[in-house]
Amino acid sequence: MQKVDIAVVDYGMGNLRSVSKAVEHVASGKSVVVTSDPEVIQNAERVVFPGQGAMPDCMRELDARDLHSVIIDAAKNKPFLGICIGMQLLFDHSEEGDTAGLGLLKGDVKRFVTDQMFDTKGDKLKVPHMGWNQVYQSITHPLWANIEDAARFYHVHSYYAAPLDSVVTAGETEYPNRFTSAVARDNIFATQFHVEKSAQAGLQLLSNFVNWKP
Amino acid sequence: MGLAKRIIPCMDVTDGRVVKGVNFLALRDAGDPVEIAKRYDDQGADELTFLDITASSDNRGLLLHIIEEVASQVFIPLTVGGGVREVEDVRRLLNAGADKVSINTTAVLNPNMVRDAAARFGSQCIVVAIDAKKVDNQAYEWEVFTHGGRKPTGLDALKWAEYMVSLGAGELLVTSMDRDGTKIGFNNPLNKAISDAVEVPIIASGGVGNLQHLVDGIVLGGADAVLAASIFHYGEYTVQQAKQYMQKCGIEVRL
Repeated sequence: MQKVDIAVVDYGMGNLRSVSKAVEHVASGKSVVVTSDPEVIQNAERVVFPGQGAMPDCMRELDARDLHSVIIDAAKNKPFLGICIGMQLLFDHSEEGDTAGLGLLKGDVKRFVTDQMFDTKGDKLKVPHMGWNQVYQSITHPLWANIEDAARFYHVHSYYAAPLDSVVTAGETEYPNRFTSAVARDNIFATQFHVEKSAQAGLQLLSNFVNWKP
Repeated sequence: MGLAKRIIPCMDVTDGRVVKGVNFLALRDAGDPVEIAKRYDDQGADELTFLDITASSDNRGLLLHIIEEVASQVFIPLTVGGGVREVEDVRRLLNAGADKVSINTTAVLNPNMVRDAAARFGSQCIVVAIDAKKVDNQAYEWEVFTHGGRKPTGLDALKWAEYMVSLGAGELLVTSMDRDGTKIGFNNPLNKAISDAVEVPIIASGGVGNLQHLVDGIVLGGADAVLAASIFHYGEYTVQQAKQYMQKCGIEVRL
């Protein structure tokens, strides 16, 4: 089997073209494959784990393709980038449909409580949290290289991860309270925001990932 | 500091070209969609919207090709609408590289399509476009129109907005039919009423003639994003100039 450099995991949830195009854009000379083949993922040098839609559907589709253990294995052993639901799935549990996650990180995924959310001018905040918001870097990390602290990234979500142990928090976003919008542990990095849709800052993060040697 | 208000240049596309009309009529050529998309991205546009206004279905493939081209060169969210009739159309557009799909006439003819598309692909990629017009009516103030503003529906725009969100719309694109192409500003009372009624973000559309209109759309209309076409297409203002003006007026933007 041909060994690929970067596998973008396809488990039938959402549009992977944006992710693969953005990865290809920063990974010239490297092979980027969108795949649901466990063997290809197992043999890839690094893995991008995206996700859109509802978390119960994501878990179900993941299981239906026999990818559950392959993803856990990849997240333990090679450079691994989770995006959006791909970050939420790493946690123990989500309030969305009362769903069990992959359990790689301790904590829950919670919904924004809309009737308690106002901005500094007193206007109500919308859910989904949609648009360009600032990400405050909690730690120094190779994936933040050449990205300014408080740079803006594109977010679209109604749920957010609440890690039990704040040591895994790599970045935070305010809406209106601070929540964990990026996590890092060992060879895992994951973002709630869409790096593939975040213009220059996003491409920089993807480029950092492609060259990351954890 | 926090979430920035978005500026979204909108391109009406027909036969592979960007065009712009006045009150949905009298089209004027504005250029090549891929080139224009790249230009707006360079200027700092927060998202891009493409509306396929091709009358016949013959040339639909052309738009898919354009979206593929744009999506491989521009890394900001892309919304595509126009002629979306079934869930399969949504899938095709997402696969071509669209991040969100805007549903308009079909939402009225077959509301379940909105529900099915949201269930399958997630609310985050389902935008419902509402074309509304002020009417002289005891029951409601703004009525939903379809077919590019030609057909009245008898639906109250406010109730319709709430219903669409309940079916899974993740965002609403509200166009004032009385204002589109007129350059006299957004219909802020309409946008404000809808924005207050629903939980999801609102994109204000229709009628932008100057930069103060963008500010008014956010401050008076309660919009989370503002969409404009002609002020950008013909080089009157750049997106960057619009954002600088908004920032000067105290609005948070991505610069």
